[in-house]
Amino acid sequence: MNGDKEQVLAASKETVLTDKMTFLVCEGTGCVSSKSPEILTALHGAVEQLGLGNKVEVGFTGCHGFCQQGPIVVVEPEGIFYRRVDPKDAPKIVAAHLAGGEPVPDLYYRHPATREAIPHYRDIVFYKEQQRVILRNCGKINPERIADCEARGGYEALRKVISQMTPEQVIEEVRRSGLRGRGGAGFPTGVKWDVCRKVAGDEKYVVCNADEGDPGAFMDRSILEADPHSVIEGLIILAYAIGASHGFVYCRAEYPLAVRRVRNALQQARERGYLGQAILGSGFHLDIEVFEGAGAFVCGEETALIASIEGKRGMPRVRPPYPAVKGLWGMPTVINNVKTLASVPVIIARGADWFASIGTKNSKGTAVFALTGKIANSGLVEVAMGTPLSSIIYSVGGGIPNKKKLKAVQTGGPSGGCLPASMLELPVDFDSLTEAGAMMGSGGLVVMDEDTCMVDVARFFLSFTQSESCGKCAPCRIGTRHLVSLLEKICSGKGEEKDLE
Amino acid sequence: MNSHIDISAIRREFKGEREDLIPVLQRLQELEGYLRPDAVRSISRWLKVSENEIFGVATFYAQFRFHPPGKYNIRVCMGTACHVVGARNFVEVLKADLNLSPGETTRDGMFSLERVACLGCCALAPVVVVNEEVHGRMNRVKFTELLATLRHTGEPPEPEPDDGQHKHADGRPEVSDVRRERS
Repeated sequence: MNGDKEQVLAASKETVLTDKMTFLVCEGTGCVSSKSPEILTALHGAVEQLGLGNKVEVGFTGCHGFCQQGPIVVVEPEGIFYRRVDPKDAPKIVAAHLAGGEPVPDLYYRHPATREAIPHYRDIVFYKEQQRVILRNCGKINPERIADCEARGGYEALRKVISQMTPEQVIEEVRRSGLRGRGGAGFPTGVKWDVCRKVAGDEKYVVCNADEGDPGAFMDRSILEADPHSVIEGLIILAYAIGASHGFVYCRAEYPLAVRRVRNALQQARERGYLGQAILGSGFHLDIEVFEGAGAFVCGEETALIASIEGKRGMPRVRPPYPAVKGLWGMPTVINNVKTLASVPVIIARGADWFASIGTKNSKGTAVFALTGKIANSGLVEVAMGTPLSSIIYSVGGGIPNKKKLKAVQTGGPSGGCLPASMLELPVDFDSLTEAGAMMGSGGLVVMDEDTCMVDVARFFLSFTQSESCGKCAPCRIGTRHLVSLLEKICSGKGEEKDLE
Repeated sequence: MNSHIDISAIRREFKGEREDLIPVLQRLQELEGYLRPDAVRSISRWLKVSENEIFGVATFYAQFRFHPPGKYNIRVCMGTACHVVGARNFVEVLKADLNLSPGETTRDGMFSLERVACLGCCALAPVVVVNEEVHGRMNRVKFTELLATLRHTGEPPEPEPDDGQHKHADGRPEVSDVRRERS
């Protein structure tokens, strides 16, 4: 049985890792909405027309992160990067690579300042300055094919955990790595796991929090769409570590593609023996299901999320007891963010020391941001913790378009804060951001230029928090309402001196 | 209108426990477009949860609708990235053009409007979603064109029973009477 599995694995590795020319179309939500499935069909057609269907592969990947340039087509193994592709361009692209046709420089990425055409993926500054740990497979694999993920080391950490490590050793490794929760609060992941492991409970649960409610954040969506298996593998390792046999992926219903890809990935993981009874021949069993969030910002908070899975109104409750002690249906439950879980397999595979060598003293590893707003290169960005804000905005992000000046950067979603341009050299990590009065949050970075009115931004966030208030506590329910009406007054030009008191 | 909604198809998919409530409501909405009161009544009996509580839960979540959506359900993203590049424009266009406000459906059943917090396609901001199709990098002109296309060349809505097709000669829906879903 095990031998069969090994054979399948070896065979699948072979098919994926050939040097065959491959045309890869991005099928993340961004590119799909710009008609990337039609490009895929057109590329298939163009390749068939040349009679090269068996020599060339045409496939798709999840999000490359550079959504602004979408739809994106990458030609491997050369690593040529085409952007803003139209289905009509397909024959030209295929001819350029196969039929001795002319290159298609119109579709190359251009440097935002110098306008220089950059054909290779690896030379684009947006990617060059990033360090991709959590996004390691995004844009590299077909997210609907488990073999692609396995060929890049997927599920090897799970094998290692099950064959060589005790749950305590797993927790110790995660604790030593210094991994902190990527959902925003930055609680040490290993400590959370350890608490839950030590609490007695007939049943324990694990939950992947993919209720990415912050407006301006799309990291979790992109990861689930591009590399669902890494997240699932992290969740399985978590369940092994704390002794859970049931898990959930709580994903926003606003992300239908992510939901579909996760369901598909779970099914494939079951078929491969990574989920279900006797996982990889051990005594460990686990099943995971997807729960679609019904659209409430507050459900990203873990106790509200629990209420929601239980079929109730998603209202938070007072902690302690923390969910690690008393969670879903009163049982010990660990809830981790998508990015936290996606970090776990690399920590196990490459070791805690390797992970801890990245980042700053108290914030280890990398941070993923969704860089949006008034910025030249908007998209998904992963940098080492402690990277100065300026290099995220000016190197990776390519600066502010239309020669405008930077005014502020908003981090941490509606309850986060705005960093003014004077704080540009701030290292981005959990503690520096909190000290500066903002917060890491889940990773939305919205850039605002000189034309953005900060009072209007404040009004926007307050009206958001007002409409998303669950209504349980008076300061939020009534307070936000007063603040919004105050800001409405100021924005309509009727502000008075006393409004500032 | 049929007052006996057959929920047996849904019943087969779930165990029928209390915690199935939200997935059951989601499935119902997927099948029917909204939560019909009579179907909610059947679900209440089946899951042994009062209708009162079901509506309490359903109104808490933005996803659930209590009136039929339009043939074209327009969701305007109001996330931060979309906000800073003018998402409000689209809500204004719909108000001016169709007298349609968030949470409402035009009387002819052609269009409905929802505001959503964030669709996570921020790099394509501003974003408008019509049914399941995402339209990125929208602007006022493109949006007005999109509406015109949907109105003129789009397939006409399948007539809802008891829902008269009040239209102007140019195909514009009559705007006097809109159904308010939620305040």
